[in-house]
Amino acid sequence: MEIIQHLLDGFLVALQPMNLFLVIAGCAVGLFIGAMPGLGSVNGVAILLPVTFIVPPTSAIIFLAAIYYGAMYGGAISSIMLGIPGASTAVATTFDGRPLALKGMADKALVAAAVASFAGGTISIILFTAFAPPLAKVALAFGSPEEFALMMLAFGTFVGLGGDDIPKTLFSICIGLVMSAVGLDIISGRPRLIFGDIPGFFHGINFLVLAIGIYGIGEILWTIESSRGGVQVSQAVVSVKRILAALRELVKSTKTILMGSFVGFFVGLLPAAGATPASIMSYGFAKTMSSKPGSFGKGNIDGVTAPESANNAASTGSMLPMLTLGIPGSPTTAILLGGMVIWGLEPGPRLFVDQTEFVWGLIASLYVANFFAIVLNIAFIPLFVWVLKLPFTILAPIIFVLCVVGGYAPTQDMHDVWLMLLFGVVGYFMRKLDYPMAPMVLAIVLGPLAELSLRQSLLQSHGSVLVFFERPISGVIMVFAVLLFLTPVIRAAMRSITARRAGSAGE
Amino acid sequence: MRRAELIMAIVMAIFSAYLMSKSAELPIGWVKGSGPGGGAFPFWLSLGMLICSLWIIVRWFMRATPQSRSSHPFLESHALALVFMVIAALVAMVGSIHFIGVYGAVPLFFIFYMRFLGRHSWTSTLTLALSTPVVTFLFFEILLHITLPKGATEELFYPLFDFFM
Amino acid sequence: MKITHKAEKLCFVLFAAAVAFATNVVAADWQPKKPVEFVIMAGPGGGADKMARLMQTVIEKHNFSSKPLIPVNKSGGSGAEALVYLNGKSGDDHTVMVTLNSFYTTPLRQPALNIDPLKFTPIARMAEDTFLLWVHKDSGIKNMEEFVAAAKAKGNDWVMAGTGKAQEDELLTSFLNATYGLSIRYIPFKGGGDVAKQLAGKHADSTVNNPSEALGFYQNGDVVPIAAFTAKRLDMFPDVPTMAELGHPNAYYMQRSVVGPPGMSDDAVAYYRDVFTKVYNSEEWQGYKKTKSLLGDFISGDDLHAYWTDALANHKKLLTEIGEIKQ
Repeated sequence: MEIIQHLLDGFLVALQPMNLFLVIAGCAVGLFIGAMPGLGSVNGVAILLPVTFIVPPTSAIIFLAAIYYGAMYGGAISSIMLGIPGASTAVATTFDGRPLALKGMADKALVAAAVASFAGGTISIILFTAFAPPLAKVALAFGSPEEFALMMLAFGTFVGLGGDDIPKTLFSICIGLVMSAVGLDIISGRPRLIFGDIPGFFHGINFLVLAIGIYGIGEILWTIESSRGGVQVSQAVVSVKRILAALRELVKSTKTILMGSFVGFFVGLLPAAGATPASIMSYGFAKTMSSKPGSFGKGNIDGVTAPESANNAASTGSMLPMLTLGIPGSPTTAILLGGMVIWGLEPGPRLFVDQTEFVWGLIASLYVANFFAIVLNIAFIPLFVWVLKLPFTILAPIIFVLCVVGGYAPTQDMHDVWLMLLFGVVGYFMRKLDYPMAPMVLAIVLGPLAELSLRQSLLQSHGSVLVFFERPISGVIMVFAVLLFLTPVIRAAMRSITARRAGSAGE
Repeated sequence: MRRAELIMAIVMAIFSAYLMSKSAELPIGWVKGSGPGGGAFPFWLSLGMLICSLWIIVRWFMRATPQSRSSHPFLESHALALVFMVIAALVAMVGSIHFIGVYGAVPLFFIFYMRFLGRHSWTSTLTLALSTPVVTFLFFEILLHITLPKGATEELFYPLFDFFM
Repeated sequence: MKITHKAEKLCFVLFAAAVAFATNVVAADWQPKKPVEFVIMAGPGGGADKMARLMQTVIEKHNFSSKPLIPVNKSGGSGAEALVYLNGKSGDDHTVMVTLNSFYTTPLRQPALNIDPLKFTPIARMAEDTFLLWVHKDSGIKNMEEFVAAAKAKGNDWVMAGTGKAQEDELLTSFLNATYGLSIRYIPFKGGGDVAKQLAGKHADSTVNNPSEALGFYQNGDVVPIAAFTAKRLDMFPDVPTMAELGHPNAYYMQRSVVGPPGMSDDAVAYYRDVFTKVYNSEEWQGYKKTKSLLGDFISGDDLHAYWTDALANHKKLLTEIGEIKQ
């Protein structure tokens, strides 16, 4: 009951005219920033942080949270429309979003992404509202071994992502992981894989550089080759009727969306995990659960709703460790955290007790932000679809320029732009030869988390691998991960047994 | 296509070997009591890359993949010219950013791409070639405060910064 | 009508800008001509990053600078990336950097970078961060003797969580090991917040967090400070003894300074010194210093250079002692 009272008070804060205006403005700004490849919520939040000083802290964090939400919705837009994931959280959305757009169903995919995001966001805010303080304890119980076990679970869901060519899929995973090791070895503090002593490698290879190179530059080269530079990207159409039809069709995805929201929320809760593993795991589970796993990757609507519901749920979930433990789950929450410090709010277990107005104002504004984000998003779909109708010889140079500028923006280093170009061209050749690209891109995101947590755990256990199985939480997760790894083997074995039986029956 | 697959696999095998030697600059073994050393993770994964490359080569000899059976050229001649022209244009654009900055390189790229590859009218070419840098400047530099490289054109922007900031 | 009105307005603004520009020239005071790059030698969310963003906010709020400072995180290689970058910007008047103690340790540990920190242009030292030794309240440890006894009993299994190899935390850990004959195991994590959480979740036995990093858990009563690595007791923790009181006068601080690239022009240095003096004296900065238990007065110019010279020699000694660098 107390919670409901708090929440109502929170809504009174969030619905004040100024705060309401800030929520709407924040969602709109976030939507466009998120839709640009290379830019994400982190840019919007970082830039607007100093601006928020003219308003009280509660309004300021509401504004920043709205930008965060808007950008999360926006990330799906470039994934679906251009096939370029604007943030690592939206990689999994390209798998089926892009094929849908190419089939002329961009509007359907965009609607699905928006609705799934809304559902994921809403469900996780409800969980957040009801269980925040006890969940903080769960997050606290997660040490390095648990983190590593979770990463293994994420890798386990990879198994289904690759192509038919096993050595090429494995190669792709390995090269992604090796690239993720470039930069600094945190445990020994020594630089490693600094090719040619170029200082640009010190900050490692940014995920965005690889993703924009492969999906941006590589994809356009691919299209140029197959279309000979002529035709349109897709036959995009949009109308109110189609949008409503798309909404109705989504009822079928309810199960996937619910699954994605829960997976997303609980993975997002854990510090250091965040929305990227959440979206991949959700995609993997959706594919495993599906009656038609073969249609994934070719334009299955569940392939859009699963990762999108999960990444929005996770970004809400990741606010929890930030508020209660002071640990940022992502660069954006890191900057939000910095903002709270500047406003004189101390994140930590006491925040929910000492700053009820702030905390509940924020939670209530998450509900409000989520609502406006979906309304704005659907309202802008015709605009986005119209962009797809531009002749390819106009669209291509625009995308190239977006890639170059987007590759430069995160680190502001020309080194990364050259690297992106290299990845684009090499990635294009590799794709022509059927090397799957998705495992590589995801490996570069998960690699550092997995390596660091593995080595921290082993340091704690004096090098004993048993640590992952002895601890209750990590033990359970590890067993699941091992099962996931073995699924293809078990399936193959079952198939051969049934085949043999059928064979013997036929004799 | 057939030759391309072999060449790619050989190049990647050599690259993996290079990565292995580069990783070995740090300890690659199991440091007693503390788990794998700093180079272990990239070293063993590079070895994995090498093994996969060799596996791909073996499969190539066995003609196990569609590519290794294909007699089509990797790139057809008309596509070859176009793709390489676009790659060259991209390299030229990124290279020229170092000298004439984003705001010099982008309009030139647009003019090349739209006028000479796309055969659009001069009107639409110039409209986009001139409006894109303006929009980029307002969005990135003024709104988002992300400074883009300007090369020799930097001083031309001082009055604009004075005006907007 | 509307168009001419707009044009008129634009003309006026341009004229005003020109006048403003001309007056600046007459006044001969150096002013930045474009946005100033504000390099942060750490990733988003760390102590250095929070402080840099606070400075940027204060500057923007009070209009201390005529052009905005634009934060850019360059965290690669324990600050190596930022140092190499700034070193390459020799003579540039539009780049400044927020720095910490990896300013000394990274060039010392990686001579191949060929960086001499003393060549950078000193602008301002904004504060010195302090370190405390923390344990979990459930450990029941209340003072140094109990800490030493407990750590001795656990020997090599006692885990100290810290922020990175050969960073401040590890220097302090090896100091404790050497002073009390302990064999604490040091494990690096990704940032101060993560370190604090390891202790609160009992994944580590102790930490040497800055007060700002452990504050949330301290206020909740989860973690307990045992000793302060400072010369005097901290106002926020009046009951916590200093290491000097415990018989080991070894104060250790983390600088929070702003530096320019080598060879920055004197006019520009004067300008930035003025900007950061205003930041230092602002209500926000003083408030932040107080609530986060930061010490250290504002110093600049030759004083800051002398401070660096001392600190560099000290770090060389500390790193040699733990075997990170050879004589």
